[in-house]
Amino acid sequence: MKSDIPGPERAAALFADLVGEPGALIPILRRIQEHLGFIPPAYVPVVAGELNLSRAEVQGVISFYHEFRSEPPGRHTIRICQAEACQAMGAAALTRHAVARTAAGMKETSPDGRFTLEPVYCLGNCACSPAVMVGTTLHGRVTPERFDELLEALPE
Amino acid sequence: MKKATLFVPGDSSAVSVGANAVATRIGVEAAARGVDAKIVRNGSRGLYWLEPMVEVLTRAGRIAYGPVGEGDVANLFDRNWLEGAEHALRLGPPEEIPYLKSQQRVTFARVGITDPLSLEDYIEHGGFRGLRAALAIGPQQIIDEVSRSGLRGRGGAAFPTGVKWQTVLNQPAGEKYVVCNADEGDSGSFSDRMVMEGDPFLLIEGMTIAALAVGASRGYIYLRSEYPYARKALQKAIETATQQGCLGESVLASGKPFHLELRVGAGSYICGEETAMLDSLEGKRGIVRSKPPLPAVQGLFGRPTVINNVISFASVPAILDKGAEHYRSLGMNRSRGTLPVQLAGNVRHGGLVEIEFGVTLRELLYGWGGGSASGRPIKAVQVGGPLGAYLRESEFDLPLDYEAFAARSAMVGHGGVVAFDDTVDMARMARYAMEFCAIESCGKCTPCRLGSRRGVEVIDRILAARNGEKDDSVALLRDLCETMLHGSLCAMGGMTPFPVISALDKFPEDFGLSRSEAVNQ
Repeated sequence: MKSDIPGPERAAALFADLVGEPGALIPILRRIQEHLGFIPPAYVPVVAGELNLSRAEVQGVISFYHEFRSEPPGRHTIRICQAEACQAMGAAALTRHAVARTAAGMKETSPDGRFTLEPVYCLGNCACSPAVMVGTTLHGRVTPERFDELLEALPE
Repeated sequence: MKKATLFVPGDSSAVSVGANAVATRIGVEAAARGVDAKIVRNGSRGLYWLEPMVEVLTRAGRIAYGPVGEGDVANLFDRNWLEGAEHALRLGPPEEIPYLKSQQRVTFARVGITDPLSLEDYIEHGGFRGLRAALAIGPQQIIDEVSRSGLRGRGGAAFPTGVKWQTVLNQPAGEKYVVCNADEGDSGSFSDRMVMEGDPFLLIEGMTIAALAVGASRGYIYLRSEYPYARKALQKAIETATQQGCLGESVLASGKPFHLELRVGAGSYICGEETAMLDSLEGKRGIVRSKPPLPAVQGLFGRPTVINNVISFASVPAILDKGAEHYRSLGMNRSRGTLPVQLAGNVRHGGLVEIEFGVTLRELLYGWGGGSASGRPIKAVQVGGPLGAYLRESEFDLPLDYEAFAARSAMVGHGGVVAFDDTVDMARMARYAMEFCAIESCGKCTPCRLGSRRGVEVIDRILAARNGEKDDSVALLRDLCETMLHGSLCAMGGMTPFPVISALDKFPEDFGLSRSEAVNQ
């Protein structure tokens, strides 16, 4: 998968249209991550150069936001809500089940590179708790059984 | 060919329990029966325990069926649901369902009824009447009307919207901004999401009215990244509104410009704090700013900025359309109008209840909510998100009113109500409140950044001592909460003590303490 990542010399082309926008840094980082799944460290100096920022400023923003990542995730990112409404409906048990089932710890990728598990604090699905997001697809009323069905429906 | 119109919510919560599969199945079954079916992806009516709730347009109006599973669809066709026929899943006309019938839908008047992305639908159902009324009067009159309505910020702080707008209007002319805080991060809250997915033009209309009122020509919606469905809906709605001249150089051919842009966050609860949000919009880490200066004076890019929550903006068109008096006539004391309450967590009938202020928690939890989902007694309720106090059963008669809640060190906030049954461990919930603060703190002030970490440790000690020897940890926890309460820069550190202390005071037995031990330490 790593070989598919365009080298930093091609990074600037990915976000050239955003550079002049006010407050462009976060939209640019989002663009990179949405294309590649993560923000390769080699891109940081390119972004900094294009925006006339220091590398520290760019790195500081990447590390501040929970969603930005510097390492490629597994093939499927599964976010399990840990917030109060989901806790009230069994999120803790669901999380334990998910960890056991995927062999990935929270904020970790499974050894086979298939799953990355992440905590998330509210998906706005609080009347259909517990909630899980697989990629960008939302699932509600997720029992351990339903969680297994969701996994089975995913491609390798 | 027989024609039919069916409504299957495209709302992300409805989709999360199978609405897309149901819509696809309806298409297949209709085609197989030679029926030319038009499937409208409406917003959700907010009766989430009935989702996916499908509505069929019949000669007698719309008839609802729910919850419809993929496997029910063929049978529903066989039993002639297109004519509104009887069926175990038949709910009747949606507006007659008691849960909905007993509400006062003002802001949510259109949600669930129209096709959210159809501008024609929007206009046909009263859209842009508020904006047209605003265009007919001047900025000062718009603000006077909003002030007279008594509308207060629905994001949680409940600051009078008219006062905020007046401050921005009073700043010298020049670039001003209107920013919508759509970083709905509070657990138990989903009314912003429902508006953005189910009636996005309403938000656009409300923001445009604000822009006219204060003399702003540019606006941003700061949307949390956890809402990909709302993102798509808003993107499309902004595009359509711009193409059709509702946004852009000349709003509804008035000659007044308003350009609106959607920005998406990157997972950070603190970016729902308005000044952290501004820093994030400027492309920085979401660090809370010291106030003053107020954002109304020096906000986005240093310019005067109106910042309101989605529901605040969405409430404005109806105020301009129906008049301030209509809105003002609803509510109690200084809490005027309606609040879209969100019933969540361990509640049988979770969903959206828009109702005037003054309704009690008991009515919400046991009337609309139908009690707990598990069938066990409701032990505690958290209102207003992760910074809101926990309330116990003896407090359920509290009316929904900003001041009544504040008098109990609780808050109405964004109107999210999360119920817990008697299996909840309140000491664990107190620990979670501290842990959440530690995870999400922006780190600028010490009481929040370090206090929350120490808070987790102290509660861990209390948890470990539940069945053993007591030390002075409870006194330490109270002391720490005092420091956070008074010494934090913003509500994150300043209000995290509310869930913690309320849990300790109201449920001391969960901390391994008798009532007197909890109070005396």
